[in-house]
Amino acid sequence: MAQITLDKLAHSYLAKPQNDADFALKQIDYVWEDGGAYALLGPSGCGKTTLLNIISGLLVPSKGHIRFDANDVTELSPENRNIAQVFQFPVIYDTMTVEENLAFPLVNRGVKRSEVNQRVNDMLVTLDLKDKAKRKARGLTADEKQKISLGRGLVRYDVNAILFDEPLTVIDPHMKWQLRTKLKQLHEQFGHTMIYVTHDQTEALTFADKVVVMYEGEVVQIGTPEELFDEPAHTFVGYFIGSPGMNILPGAVEQNTLRLADQSFELNKHYRSLSGKLEIGIRPEFVKVTDAAGAGSSGVKMQVNSVENIGRHKIVRGMVNGQAIDAVVDEDANVPADAFAVFDKSRFNVYEDSHLVRAES
Amino acid sequence: MIDKPVNHKAWFFVFPVFLLVAISAIIPLMTVVNYSVQDTFGNNQFFWAGTEWYEEILTSSRFHDALVRNLIFSGIILLIEIPLGIAIALSMPRKGIWVPVCLILMALPLLIPWNVVGTIWQVFGRADIGLLGRSLAAIGVEYNYATNWLDAWITIIIMDVWHWTSLVVLLCYSGLVAIPEPYYQAARIDGASKWKVFRYIQLPKMQRVLLIAVLLRFMDSFMIYTEPFVLTGGGPGNSTTFLSIDLVKMAIGQFDLGPAAAMSIIYFLIILLVSWVFYTAMTNFGIDAPEKEVN
Amino acid sequence: MLELEHVSKQVGANTHINDVSLQLHAGTVNVLLGPTLSGKTSLMRLMAGLDKPTAGEVIANGERVTGVSVRKRDVAMVYQQFINYPAMTVYENIASPLRLQGASSATIDTEVRKAAELLKLSEFLDRTPLNLSGGQQQRTALARALVKGAELVLLDEPLANLDYKLREELRVELPKLFAETGAVFVYATTEPHEALLLGGHTATLHQGRVTQFGSTIDVYNRPVDLQTAQTFSDPPMNTICVKHAGGKLDAAGSDMGAPIDSQALGEGEFTLAFRPHHISLSQTEQYRIPVNGTISTSEITGSETYIHINVGQSHWVALTHGVHKVHSGDAITLYLDPARYYLFAGKDGALAQTPVKTAKAA
Repeated sequence: MAQITLDKLAHSYLAKPQNDADFALKQIDYVWEDGGAYALLGPSGCGKTTLLNIISGLLVPSKGHIRFDANDVTELSPENRNIAQVFQFPVIYDTMTVEENLAFPLVNRGVKRSEVNQRVNDMLVTLDLKDKAKRKARGLTADEKQKISLGRGLVRYDVNAILFDEPLTVIDPHMKWQLRTKLKQLHEQFGHTMIYVTHDQTEALTFADKVVVMYEGEVVQIGTPEELFDEPAHTFVGYFIGSPGMNILPGAVEQNTLRLADQSFELNKHYRSLSGKLEIGIRPEFVKVTDAAGAGSSGVKMQVNSVENIGRHKIVRGMVNGQAIDAVVDEDANVPADAFAVFDKSRFNVYEDSHLVRAES
Repeated sequence: MIDKPVNHKAWFFVFPVFLLVAISAIIPLMTVVNYSVQDTFGNNQFFWAGTEWYEEILTSSRFHDALVRNLIFSGIILLIEIPLGIAIALSMPRKGIWVPVCLILMALPLLIPWNVVGTIWQVFGRADIGLLGRSLAAIGVEYNYATNWLDAWITIIIMDVWHWTSLVVLLCYSGLVAIPEPYYQAARIDGASKWKVFRYIQLPKMQRVLLIAVLLRFMDSFMIYTEPFVLTGGGPGNSTTFLSIDLVKMAIGQFDLGPAAAMSIIYFLIILLVSWVFYTAMTNFGIDAPEKEVN
Repeated sequence: MLELEHVSKQVGANTHINDVSLQLHAGTVNVLLGPTLSGKTSLMRLMAGLDKPTAGEVIANGERVTGVSVRKRDVAMVYQQFINYPAMTVYENIASPLRLQGASSATIDTEVRKAAELLKLSEFLDRTPLNLSGGQQQRTALARALVKGAELVLLDEPLANLDYKLREELRVELPKLFAETGAVFVYATTEPHEALLLGGHTATLHQGRVTQFGSTIDVYNRPVDLQTAQTFSDPPMNTICVKHAGGKLDAAGSDMGAPIDSQALGEGEFTLAFRPHHISLSQTEQYRIPVNGTISTSEITGSETYIHINVGQSHWVALTHGVHKVHSGDAITLYLDPARYYLFAGKDGALAQTPVKTAKAA
C-alpha cells in the first residue's frame, strides 16, 4: 500500500516528439492517496492505458518521474514494483487448480507453506470460491476467472497498488453487478490503492472515490463523481459523463443575468465579464417537460421529437429555439403534445471556450 | 454443428477428393490386404494363405529386430528434436526485423529433398574424401559410418535432426506468438521465474501444436527410409535396416509379395496405434477427466 | 415477415434451442435479450439458415425455408467483431453486396453515399478499415448490411466492443435506420438497458427457451415470470419470500403491507419483487412500508447512489436520487410502496400481480 506520485509525467511513443500533438500522454502532475480508489475514464485512444502502463512499469515515461511513497520507481520493472494487475481478458494458469492459482504468487516469493495455505484459504472464502478450490481453473466461467486474477493480487497483502484494465469487459451484465460490488467491498476490507481504467462511466463513477477524465492525452478533470456530475470542468466531461450527456447550448451571461433560448434568467450569483465562445450547460435531469399551465412564465416552447421509455425514466428528445435538447423525466410522467421546457436555473453551468467559468459570488 | 442445411452442390465438390483418395489410398490398401492373405508361385496364380504370412512375420526375429531399431530410432529422434525445437523457438525473437530472417533460416532445411540430405551427409562424412570425415580423422577421432554401426546411427540421427528440427521449431513458434502479452505481464507481476513461465504458460498454450509436432515427427521418423538407404543401404550389417528398408528388400529384392504385404499392414497398424496413444495422452494432459472445457 | 414454428436445436446431448415460436414483422426491431449462452446466437443462426433446426419450421414471407442455405436466403449479418474486407476501401466494402447483386455503378454510387451519410462515414470512404477507429469500422459493417437491402438483418451484439459513449449514440441512431428499410431486424444483446433504448419488440431468452415475446416496454413492465423479470433487470430486481394471508403480505414476521388486489391474488406463498429505484430512504405517502436492513456497501454515480442492503437472507439494491454517504455495516430503514410490488407465484414463479402504475399504462 502506497501513495503514488506522478511528477511532471508525460509520454510519447515517438523517439523525438516535436510538439504537443506527438504526446500520447500530456504532462500530468498528481498524487494518488494511499488506499484511495481511482478511475481513469475516457474514450479509446485518450491515453488512459498509456498512463496505466507507466504506473505498472510496462512503460518508462519519456518525461517525469513516478514515485511509490518516497521511492522513485520510474525505471523499475513491473515485478520490482510490488503491484498487482487485472487485465481485460482473465489471465489464469489453465493447468493449475483454483487453489494453486491463488498460491502461485506466494510460492514464487518463498512464503512459508503453512502461511500460504492460511492465506489461500482466507482468499477462497473472501471470493466465494471455496467449493471450487480443487477444480482446474480453465473450466470456470469468465467472472470466476476474473475473481482469481484479482485474488492473486490480494493474497499478497502488501501490494503497493492494484491496477485494473477494463476488467468487466467480458462479463455479463448480471455478473458485472456482483463483481463490481465485490470489488467495492474488498477495497473497504483491505484498503489497497486501486486504479481502474475504463471507458464505461457507470463503472468508473460507482467504483472510484476520484475519477480522472482523460481526452486526447490530457487530463481534463479530476474529481469526485459528484463534482463531475454537478460541475464538469470542460464541455467534454459534461458530454462524456451522464447518460444522455449534458445539453450544451449557445448562450450569454452578463453579471447575474443568463440568456438562453431567447429567455433571460436571473441568477443569484455573479459572473465576471466573459469574452470567448460562450455556452451554457444543463443536465437533462434538470430540464422539466411540462404543458403551458405548468411552465408558467419561465418555460420555453419545446418541440418534442421522440420519447424513449427506458423503464426507470423517459428520455425526451426535442428542439428548443432550433437547438437539440434532451430531458429526463419520471417514469410515470406524461409528455404533453404542446410541451414547454423548464430549466432549473440553479443548475446552469457557464462555459467559455469549452472551459467552465465559476461564478464570483 | 452436425446438421447444417443440406446442400447437394457440396457433393459435387467433395467427389473429386473422394475419387483421389480412393485411387491413391483405399484401392492400394485393399490390394495389399489382398496380397497379404494369399500366396503365389508366379503366373498370376494365387492361393489362399489365411493368416499364415502374419504369423510368419510376427514370429520372425528379422521383423522383431527391425521393429526394435525403429522404436529406438523414433524415441531418440523425439527426445532430441522436441526439446531442441522448443528451445530454439523460445530463443527466437517475437518481433522486429529478425523475425523473417529467422523464419527463412529455419525453413531452409525443410525445402531440401530426403535423398539430397542423404547424399550431402554421405559425401560430407566419408572418411576418405568428406570434409567431416577427414577433419575427424585429422584430430584423431576414428569415424567411419560404413564399418561402425554406432557411427552410422549417429550420422543418421544428426541428419534427421538437422533436417526436421526446424519443423518442430516453426510449429512451436506459431504456438508461442499466439500467447497474448497480458499472460507474460501477469506472470512477471506474480514473480514467476522463467522456468515457471515456461511450465505454466508457454507449455500449456503450446500443447496443441506440440501434439501435431510429436505426431508428425513420430510418423515420419518411424517410416525413415531414404537417409539410411542412401548412406549405408541398411548396413553395416543389419544395423540400420529399419522396417521400411527391410520391407523394400522383401518386396522388391526377394519378391515375397505375401509376407511383404502382411508386414506392410502390421507396420501401418503399429503407426496407427502409437499415434493414437500419443494423441490421447497429450490431449488429456492437464485436464480433469470428468470436467472438460465448459465453454 | 419471418416466422419460427416450434423450432428446436439439439446438438449431441445438449439442447441449444428449445421449442421456440416467434413471429417477426417487416419494419420492426426485435431484440433477443439474455445472458451469454442463453441461445441468442444459436437462434440467429437458425433464422439465417446457417444451421438447420432439429425440429420445427422456419417460414419467410409465408414460404417454408427450413434447411434452405443462407446463400439462397436474403440475409445480412453484423457481428460483435468488426468484420470488413481489410484490403478494400470503406467505399468498396459498403459497395461489395451491391456488386455481387450486379447493380449498375450509378446505383452503387448513390446507395453507398446514402448509407455512408446515414452512418457518418462520408469522409472516410477512401480509407481502408484498418485505418479507422473501432466505431468507424463497425459503422462500415453496419452500412454494408444496410445497402444490401436484405429482408432479414441479424445483428449479434454489434455494439459490445465499442466505447460506452459511442454505443449510446449508435443506439439512438440504429432504430431510425431500421425503421426506414422495412426489413425484419433482429438484435441480440445481453443488456436490458440496450433493449429498452432500442424499443420495438423483445424476446427474453433463458437456457434456449423464449420466456416471453412482446413489445419491449410491455415485457419490461409485465414480465410473465420471475426469470423473465430478472433477465430484464439491471440491477436485478429485489426479491423476498412472502406469505399472503388475511389481506396482508408477511415476510418472515415483518409486515409488507397489503397487495393491490387481495382478492384476485388469493392466499398462499409468493415472491415479492420490486425494482431498485422503487425504494425510498424516507417515509412518504406512497413509500410507507418500513423494512429494516444492514448496509453492505454503496456506490455513488454523481447524481444517484446505489446502496446494497442485506435484508434477512435477501440481498437488495436501492437506487436512490442524490448523493447519500452511508457506512457499511450501519442499520438502515427503507420504505416501500405496495403499489410498486410485483408478485410471483411461489412454485413456478408465474406473474400473479403487476404494480398499479404499469397496469394502468396498458
